[in-house]
Amino acid sequence: MSWEPVIGLEIHVHLKTRTKMFCRCEVAYFDPPNTHTCPVCLAFPGALPVPNRQAVEWTILLGHALGCQVPERAIFHRKNYFYPDNPKGYQISQYDQPLCVNGSFEVPGADGDRVVGIERAHLEEDAAKTIHRGGAEGRIHGADHSLVDFNRSGTPLVEIVTKPDIRSPEEAKAFLQLLRQTVVELGISDAEMEKGSLRFDVNVSVRPKGSDELRTRTELKNMNSFNFAAKGIEREMRRQIEIYESGGQVDQETLHFDPNNESAPPLRSKEEAQDYRYFPEPDLVPLEPAAELVERLRGDLPELPSARVRRLESEVGFVLAEGLVTSGRDELYSRIPGERAGVANVVMNELAAIGLDPSAVNAEELGKVIAARGEIPRGAFAEALAESASPGFSADRYLAEAAIADVGELDPVIDRILSANESQVEAYRGGKEGLLGFFVGQVMKETGGKANPKIVNERLREKLRG
Amino acid sequence: MAISRDEVVHVARLARLALTDEELDRFAGQLDAILEAVGKVAELDLSGVEPTLHPLALSNVWAEDEPRPSLPVEDALANAPAPEDGAFRVPAG
Amino acid sequence: MIDTLRLTAEEASGLVERGEVSGAELHRAYLDAIAERDPELHAYLHTVDEPEGDGVPIALKDVISTRGVETTAASKILEGYKPVYDATVAERCKSAGLPLLGKTNLDEFAMGSSTENSAYGPTRNPWDPTRVPGGSSGGSTAAVAAGLAPWALGSDTGGSIKQPAALCGVVGLRPTYGTVSRYGIVAFASSLDQVGPIAKNVRDCALLHRIVAGRDPLDSTTVELPQPIEVPEAEDLKGLRVGVPRELNEADGIEPGVSEVANRTIELCRELGAEVGECSLPRSVEFGLPCYYLIAPSEASSNLARYDGVRYGLRVENGDVRTMYERTRDAGFGDEPKRRIMLGTYALSAGYYDAYYGQAQKVRTVIRDEHAAAFERFDVLVSPTSPTVAFELGARTENPLAMYAADLLTIPSNMAGLPGLSIPCGLSEGLPVGFQLIGPQFSENVLFRAGHALERAIGFDVVPERLK
Repeated sequence: MSWEPVIGLEIHVHLKTRTKMFCRCEVAYFDPPNTHTCPVCLAFPGALPVPNRQAVEWTILLGHALGCQVPERAIFHRKNYFYPDNPKGYQISQYDQPLCVNGSFEVPGADGDRVVGIERAHLEEDAAKTIHRGGAEGRIHGADHSLVDFNRSGTPLVEIVTKPDIRSPEEAKAFLQLLRQTVVELGISDAEMEKGSLRFDVNVSVRPKGSDELRTRTELKNMNSFNFAAKGIEREMRRQIEIYESGGQVDQETLHFDPNNESAPPLRSKEEAQDYRYFPEPDLVPLEPAAELVERLRGDLPELPSARVRRLESEVGFVLAEGLVTSGRDELYSRIPGERAGVANVVMNELAAIGLDPSAVNAEELGKVIAARGEIPRGAFAEALAESASPGFSADRYLAEAAIADVGELDPVIDRILSANESQVEAYRGGKEGLLGFFVGQVMKETGGKANPKIVNERLREKLRG
Repeated sequence: MAISRDEVVHVARLARLALTDEELDRFAGQLDAILEAVGKVAELDLSGVEPTLHPLALSNVWAEDEPRPSLPVEDALANAPAPEDGAFRVPAG
Repeated sequence: MIDTLRLTAEEASGLVERGEVSGAELHRAYLDAIAERDPELHAYLHTVDEPEGDGVPIALKDVISTRGVETTAASKILEGYKPVYDATVAERCKSAGLPLLGKTNLDEFAMGSSTENSAYGPTRNPWDPTRVPGGSSGGSTAAVAAGLAPWALGSDTGGSIKQPAALCGVVGLRPTYGTVSRYGIVAFASSLDQVGPIAKNVRDCALLHRIVAGRDPLDSTTVELPQPIEVPEAEDLKGLRVGVPRELNEADGIEPGVSEVANRTIELCRELGAEVGECSLPRSVEFGLPCYYLIAPSEASSNLARYDGVRYGLRVENGDVRTMYERTRDAGFGDEPKRRIMLGTYALSAGYYDAYYGQAQKVRTVIRDEHAAAFERFDVLVSPTSPTVAFELGARTENPLAMYAADLLTIPSNMAGLPGLSIPCGLSEGLPVGFQLIGPQFSENVLFRAGHALERAIGFDVVPERLK
């Protein structure tokens, strides 16, 4: 029996606004505890929320990037639950009237595009940070007590929920990478997993390939990298398939992974279905974004990563195109003139290894160097790359070292070498073809390393043939 | 019966209220009577009616993304039952 | 000698302006009165000895956050809690130079109609200390009635300014929803709570309302006043169309004595030149109470979730976090908040939302529309404020539904966010009867004008007989 996975993602992105979602404390959650708080984000008696306009606009912008519709009216809801990191005892979020709905996000693949449906993108506030003390290495299990820091409480979050359209762990990873890239390019978030500004959960189920049933899914939490996610999904798929193939049933569970240990088996819990008792937030009035605003934001969309991958694919093929875009180097690539595949290769391989600031690179000049790659010595080429972001970088200096390719210049040198080494010439003609290297070496020595190796090779062979 | 004692027990848990048995008995009777009375709203057929979420027809009230001064840490913790290292201490979960 | 029993805020202000009395002397006069009469009445939870400001001192209901001054909402769960910030209305009073006299008693978390739900003991009605002052702003109304404050701020959700004002024989305004900031007000029901003025007369109410009203950028649900507040002058009702909703005036449970006084006042409206006519609010009265007692507890169940012992207030720590929450809230909340929290939690829970909370929000639309229709023909709707005069302490504490019935006449217009003024219009069995004037949104000037004219014609003596 052949199986396929049914995968959906729930991603939380921190918006990098200056202030929090419902109060005007600065967002600075790595500062000393509780130094960026106020009655609102501490939920003192009597405090009231006031939405951050920038956060609303950026969410709409993101909605556009996800191909979503922006309904005429959106409201906030209260999601009620008790936890120390949730100071009001409810989170202000969105429920059935979110800011953005029904979109799609294209993930280009080597064999065509996967279109992943987007259920919704909505706006909410983040919880506080809890540090567990007294247990092993700050983990929650065995902790003696916890300390709550409300600096993060109230940070704007966009929650993106996909439809279960993803069909492989690699696709999930590609989706996440592309989404992350998109969000960063829109300028609305740093989306760094290590800093907690991007988090995601995965829903996984499996079904017989080709069927359209939706079987029980499990929720995977706490995977803190895209690679980890792909592996975690893979393992969960196999686990579920094994269960079905041995006649069992998959239980609806939440699997909590150990973020520091990819290979540790996750902890499983059948969490009580929470009754969040959602109701419309009475302290906030509806959002009815003006049509002009929505259109202006749509117009503000830059060319998105997925579109650029497809555009570049026709120039350099899928692998290079995807690599360029997801590494944020395609803009540099586009600026460098010259034969596309060659440029792409240099940008993805040699330049990437050097780690220059792409915006500082002098693309015109670098283009000239790349074009002359075959003609200049390797050392000069490497040096040119390393200097390409320095002020005043010019190709001329390196092109001057272009290898001598003029046959008229090389032939006399070659002739000289051959006449000076008659016994080796005889040996070569007698079958010792390895001696070609010796002759090449001699020519290079004679020309101070500046001869074009390819041409030298050709000329030597011809002359040695007799 | 509009609400049973068991349901009251469940609701008390949801609301994080540790009620004694005596309280549960007393409240169960009172809540039943109250729910019976408020359940009267079901008598009206309001299928075509929009809910009133806000008394005023307001929309789009928000603020610019400009920082305002936060509380000094001492103020944030001034009423804390268990301040520790600049944070709010709570027992383990 | 300052006769705090008689002095209005406007008069007091005049005394200070003319230099006849200093701000400090004025403040002291009230503190002396409090020392003399409050041990019996218990209108205050805390008093402030050092006046800050030279203006007319003011008492604030203890749901109003006052920086550095204990604010308890009359609950044990906030015992000792001292806010580090001022509510916007408190700040506006400060800016106007009004020194804080103290924080007045209330039903715990503003939930109640008698001030008997206070965790710190009830307030007694200055007209008869065996009786309740009404609630939940009973401390504020008793203070004004007993000359313990020239004016006060209260809060009104289901009638908590209007009803105690009626029972204590003073004037109280519940403003149009959204005209006074709720920032810093300990929240009960967010879509219903409003802070309003309580005073001896309508002019004082208008003056105080002018100080606190107006949009607050810290409260997203507030708006600018479409017109400035006018302090009323006219003493007639010429050109005013007064509607008498049948259901509000003939409801079950209205005492005959109350009806009689209210009807006389309606007659008086005619004499003063108003056009008086009957109208109907067919479902607003019948469904008002159930609607309110679904929406208010639902919002309250959520607003009171923050009282968990983590960041402020009472903490009962014994075991894990969940146990701490449960024990703290059980120890800290009184019976009425517990009942309403459970009621609200239930009404919002999965499977019940549509029938209860969802349905109630639709009933609210019906009530709003019925009032709007009535206001097409009338400028003001009138009725008794409370079905009864002040009842005895303990008379309704065992029966929540009986207590809720006290709000029968004040609730319907509240559900529509409409302003309501209560003025004393006479006595029944020696106890004050309140007359309620309801207007469309933003009609406070009309209410003040009508209330002032009636007040002048009625000539009610606000000083309780037994205190003269």
